[in-house]
Amino acid sequence: MTVLPANPMSPRPFRILKVVRELSDTFTLLLQPETGGAFSFRPGQFNMLYVFGAGEVPISISGEPAEDRQLVHTIRSVGPVTQALGRLKAGDVVGVRGPFGTPWPVEDAFGDDLAIIAGGVGLAPLRPAIYQALANRPRFGKLIIMYGARTPQDILFRKELEKWRSRFDVNVHVTVDHATGQWAGRVGVVTKVVAKAGFDPLHTTALVCGPEVMMRYAVEALEERGVAASKVHVSMERNMKCGVGLCGHCQWGPHFVCRDGPVFRFSDVAALFPVREL
Amino acid sequence: MAPSIGAKVVLLREDLDRLIAELRERGYVVIGPTLGEGAILYEEVTSSGDLPAGWSDVAEAAAYRLQEGADRRLFGYSLAAQGWKRHLYPPRQRLFLAERAGRGFRLSSGEADGAPMALLGVRACELAAIQIQDRVFTKEGFTEPGYAGRRRAAFIVAVECGRAAATCFCASAGTGPAVGPGYDLLLNEMIDGDAHRFLATAGSDNGAAILGGLSCRPPTAAELSSAAAQPAAAAAQQQRRISADAAGVLTRAAESPHWEAVSKRCLTCGNCTMVCPTCFCTTVEDITDLSGDIAERWRQWDSCFTIDYSYIHGGSVRQSGAARYRQWITHKLASWHRQFGSSGCVGCGRCIAWCPVGIDITAELHALEQAEQVSKGGDNGAD
Ligand SMILES: Cc1cc2nc3c(=O)[nH]c(=O)nc-3n(C[C@H](O)[C@H](O)[C@H](O)COP(=O)(O)OP(=O)(O)OC[C@H]3O[C@@H](n4cnc5c(N)ncnc54)[C@H](O)[C@@H]3O)c2cc1C
Ligand code: SF4
Ligand code: SF4
Ligand code: FES
Repeated sequence: MTVLPANPMSPRPFRILKVVRELSDTFTLLLQPETGGAFSFRPGQFNMLYVFGAGEVPISISGEPAEDRQLVHTIRSVGPVTQALGRLKAGDVVGVRGPFGTPWPVEDAFGDDLAIIAGGVGLAPLRPAIYQALANRPRFGKLIIMYGARTPQDILFRKELEKWRSRFDVNVHVTVDHATGQWAGRVGVVTKVVAKAGFDPLHTTALVCGPEVMMRYAVEALEERGVAASKVHVSMERNMKCGVGLCGHCQWGPHFVCRDGPVFRFSDVAALFPVREL
Repeated sequence: MAPSIGAKVVLLREDLDRLIAELRERGYVVIGPTLGEGAILYEEVTSSGDLPAGWSDVAEAAAYRLQEGADRRLFGYSLAAQGWKRHLYPPRQRLFLAERAGRGFRLSSGEADGAPMALLGVRACELAAIQIQDRVFTKEGFTEPGYAGRRRAAFIVAVECGRAAATCFCASAGTGPAVGPGYDLLLNEMIDGDAHRFLATAGSDNGAAILGGLSCRPPTAAELSSAAAQPAAAAAQQQRRISADAAGVLTRAAESPHWEAVSKRCLTCGNCTMVCPTCFCTTVEDITDLSGDIAERWRQWDSCFTIDYSYIHGGSVRQSGAARYRQWITHKLASWHRQFGSSGCVGCGRCIAWCPVGIDITAELHALEQAEQVSKGGDNGAD
């Protein structure tokens, strides 16, 4: 149980233990609460990260859920706040509010094949679910990770993907949109992988995270394979200013993505998905 | 004997000053209707002399103005330009101040709570709006501490309406004109020749205690029936109404061609959201001083009509005015039920009066309903 601060809008200071450069524009922060204590979360949940004077943004937790001494975030620099986060060094302090939001229902998938489908930095929010699945590996049928990146240089957590691939009880499919250099792997969108991957559609739970268009195609491919919409889970992104259902910004139809999501069961939101500019 | 909840007494016009003084004596800042900027504004009042005696308001689509009323009523207008939201949830609030300390920073909390407020002149729809915001800001899990504190401390003096503006539709919204539970004191203002008085009803122990201190006489049967007739008279004047199936209509209207039609008129100025007593959206602003050692985080009212509101990396989700108007009215009349267990519209009509081009929430809903009927008819014909 995490104890929330009295004011849900006041961040807790966390010190950066280490910065790991992942890709040219992506890095991972390992954090520890300044005041000591643990930080527990469930895979799929996110925090609001505050950089002194620069602002606050929602970032998913990308670390090991069984490890509550360290908080891990993987961030792609795209604008002012994420760039400011990228300039921080070990020893600096960020403000943290959270954890917020709904988790990936990993336990619900026990007994099923588990299909993890990620695009780009969308692998980061799924990594805790992968850790949880690996920790409970005997409880699943197949464990299949399908990951798409723009180019080979954009493949996140490459070493880890290779490590998982080398296990005989995990299938890892990595595909890139554009091959460059030495790439001998698959080229094409991740949805093509979904169409062929060796899971049993009638007994599969799928966790999907990536750009909204990618998720749309992935969900279509899963439906075509015959995976039930109630067993497909997607993680949504909307503008967020509070994370706790107070600011209104993250609304998507009747849902507050910060509180009712970010992870949604696809069958609960299937009607919203096709509506443009919602 | 001290009055208890439900007790009714009569306050004379001059007793209102005793009421205001008593509230101030007890530490409340009394906020009530005042004249200013060509409108009624809810501001601090120190005596009944600050109230808009003899003034009334005329509201129509895209129009609001004051005019002299028929008598010297203190509460002869319908509504102030803005509701009580400004006081219970101020437009700009500092969330925290952060000071650099070594490689980290130290936070000090936002702002200390001010003195408790007594809200004088809360209409039925406005009390309903406050109760809606209560559900928005104080829910299981996360409570907005500033709002919760101000709200808990607030003393509510409701005043029942005896007339309705042309923009009012509280009767069909189910929030008025009769004031529902939740007030500390309820007043009905009555003028009969030279006799100017109020029927006062205690709605809480606190309210009863204050009435007790004023030692007033009980009402006559005629006074009771005159007060009781007021809300019915106000209801009878209402020209606008909102469909009971608003939520259903909007839930089915996501892809209606009508949104394009509204967006040709809507300026996406956000006036409607600023005056709406239930709209609660906010954004945050981060500022640093010149030295860069002190940072502040401010929260301010925001509107779903701005393009930035839905910005995510790559571009705003709701680019078109059509999508933004759809968001606003659908949230208000449909999503709100799922989120907070009621409609988000209390029928105060402010968004109609303060829209520069006179877009009318009841008319737009009606048009959507009609469009739905037509397309249903069309489908049947095609079969
Ligand atoms: C639940 C959730 C989890 C996320 N997890 C991660 C993650 O693990 N790693 C990661 O790199 N990114 C993640 N993002 C996206 C990240 O929040 C945005 O990239 C970030 O807000 C961009 O802010 P900026 O100031 O750097 O850039 P700008 O694009 O200039 O953004 C300006 C402002 O717009 C808002 N905004 C912009 N893009 C987004 C967005 N995609 N989502 C929400 N608000 C946005 C923010 O308020 C931001 O401060 C997540 C978003 C959400 C909603
Ligand atoms: S939507 Fe319009 S009529 Fe309804 S409560 Fe808000 S301002 Fe009043
Ligand atoms: S409906 Fe009227 S008040 Fe609201 S944003 Fe559009 S033009 Fe402005
Ligand atoms: S982020 Fe503020 S309501 Fe969801």
